[in-house]
Amino acid sequence: MSFISYLINGISLGSVYAIIALGYTMVYGIAKMLNFAHGDVIMIGSYVVFVMVSGMGLSPILAVIVSMAVCTVLGITIERVAYKPLRMAASPLAVLITAIGVSYLLQNIALLIFSANPKSFKSVVTIPTVSLAEGQLMISGETIVTIAACIIIMTGLTLFIKKTKAGQAMLAVSEDKGAAQLMGINVNGTIALTFAIGSALAAIAGVLLCSTYPSLTPYTGAMPGIKAFVAAVFGGIGSVPGAMIGGILLGIIEILSKAYISSQMADAIVFAVLIVVLLVKPTGILGREIQEKV
Amino acid sequence: MKKQLSMVVAAAMVAAALAGCGSSASDAGTENADTVTENADAGTAEDAGESADAGSGGTFKIGGIGPVTGAAAVYGQAVKNAAQLAVDEINAAGGINGAMIEFNFQDDEHDAEKAVNAYNTLKDWNMQMLLGTVTSTPCTAVVEKTHEDNLFQLTPSGSAVESIQYDNAFRVCFSDPNQGTASAQYIGENKLATKVAIIYNSSDVYSSGIYQTFAAEAGNQGIEIVSAEAFTADSNTDFSVQLQKAKDSGAELVFLPIYYTEASIILGQADKMGYAPIFFGCDGLDGILAVEDFDTALAEGVMLLTPFAADAEDELTQNFVKAYQENFGDIPNQFAADAYDGIYAMKAAIEKAGVTPDMSASDICDALKVSMTEITIDGLTGAGMTWNADGEPNKEPKAVKITDGAYAAM
Repeated sequence: MSFISYLINGISLGSVYAIIALGYTMVYGIAKMLNFAHGDVIMIGSYVVFVMVSGMGLSPILAVIVSMAVCTVLGITIERVAYKPLRMAASPLAVLITAIGVSYLLQNIALLIFSANPKSFKSVVTIPTVSLAEGQLMISGETIVTIAACIIIMTGLTLFIKKTKAGQAMLAVSEDKGAAQLMGINVNGTIALTFAIGSALAAIAGVLLCSTYPSLTPYTGAMPGIKAFVAAVFGGIGSVPGAMIGGILLGIIEILSKAYISSQMADAIVFAVLIVVLLVKPTGILGREIQEKV
Repeated sequence: MKKQLSMVVAAAMVAAALAGCGSSASDAGTENADTVTENADAGTAEDAGESADAGSGGTFKIGGIGPVTGAAAVYGQAVKNAAQLAVDEINAAGGINGAMIEFNFQDDEHDAEKAVNAYNTLKDWNMQMLLGTVTSTPCTAVVEKTHEDNLFQLTPSGSAVESIQYDNAFRVCFSDPNQGTASAQYIGENKLATKVAIIYNSSDVYSSGIYQTFAAEAGNQGIEIVSAEAFTADSNTDFSVQLQKAKDSGAELVFLPIYYTEASIILGQADKMGYAPIFFGCDGLDGILAVEDFDTALAEGVMLLTPFAADAEDELTQNFVKAYQENFGDIPNQFAADAYDGIYAMKAAIEKAGVTPDMSASDICDALKVSMTEITIDGLTGAGMTWNADGEPNKEPKAVKITDGAYAAM
């Protein structure tokens, strides 16, 4: 019974990683850059919800919507101010360094406004804990909501990319930027849309993360951000279903290695698994190998 | 870079603000001279001190370091407030042999690197003695510096063995090994449980130090450790696995030799799992009731080993709690009591050694490290406290239990 309990915890943790990883993987797939500030957008989104719910007493649903709007604006602004000018002119490395810079900037802004004191985040989930098998198995409301949100987002995003014009444009830009532009697709607009979607997802991920693990500091987004990046690479960076699978597998591996191997070594094991996967399949689980045509 | 720059700027602003407060609060002319020449060499400041009448002149400069912001902010604030309270009381009563005390407290955010920066700031301020640092990991870093500079250091609450590894450093609280052993003895003697699970932070010297001595003593007390699980600073949000293992192993008591931030998450997750053992911790749990937005009902029944209980009935404790509440609005915790005792211990040691403010920090240190072992203090954290040459205090541990959202003596 405890194995099932570990598995559910793993899927729950993995679902959060998966939603964060979606933001990494979409931006990478389309703009071919690693947005290391993504984890910190999560943190900002969580603070917005914290202020709305604990400070102003708004309803959690409304707070989440406001937080998504704030993160969307933040994501587009970061893209416009920090990444777009460099994308045109400088090397990809310069954009990467800028992303790290933006990450520190966001952390320090949060440090100035909210101070380093951890805030105890009140869960926005009101579903009670479900007790199964005579109390042997307890599934918290947060776990249920997290897994459900993950499935809904995954389905929605896949449908969006397959069925809508904007989604098709994204696919085209990710395949070949130059050709897409020649076909009349607004490349910059598509990239901005990607950042907007990724950042709105970051707000949801932040709320779910802090509802399950209720301690909010300016550094809250950093470690989950790195783990989600690993999940994105694990699943095949650039692939939406890959990010989902990578995230959930990472969560399960982390929890099970904590449970059955060593609670101290869990992180080391997670990264070792990543190395093994990349050795066997360098593009990740669902990553496609794209042949460079000369 | 940005972080460091902002820290330096912030530290400079705090220092400026504190220096300002010090000079406006004091009335002696020499203090003003001190503040003006603060950035000049120490000689001028001392000259100004000597030119005044020797009986009433001079100022001891005591520095303090601890986390006023960050994950352990509750401790730093308590130490800062209580030490200031003790300093104000001593100054109001005529100082130490007629010399006033000036106290300057710097933030380290419970970070070793920032603690060393804070130490350097205080040295520029010509600190003569250090009360700090508050938490173990930064303290272990700073003690290297004070040892190098031969500066007297008394930590109120740095409990790691290494925190006072040199002869210039002393502490008011118990050491980690001492806390681990004392916890095991307390649990064994009071028959709280025979099956115990432990959740500790393997990346923190305080936590792993207590864990090791607890595990060593547990066998002697008839305690069976059924599960011992670790976490690290990078994985300190999800404790579902550690709690599940504790639950599956049938532990009646979960020992938490950790700080209150993680403990507050653990209590919340245990509640969601429907797991309600006895939670028992050390002084690191002190402060859990002050976490912003924390549901104190979760901490109901939690026990912790601490030498101070705010509801104790002796006169000293009651006066201290009353004064602290009047000045700062909260009930003081153990860290506040440690800091208060620390300042009075410094006073006693200074009086015993006959140290004067015009002596250099190094000479003061040489005198105090002898006199510290000769004094006996009746403090808030124990009656008849004495110190040995290793810097360890000798006093009785006590346990408190959280009842109706407050600490109550057991």
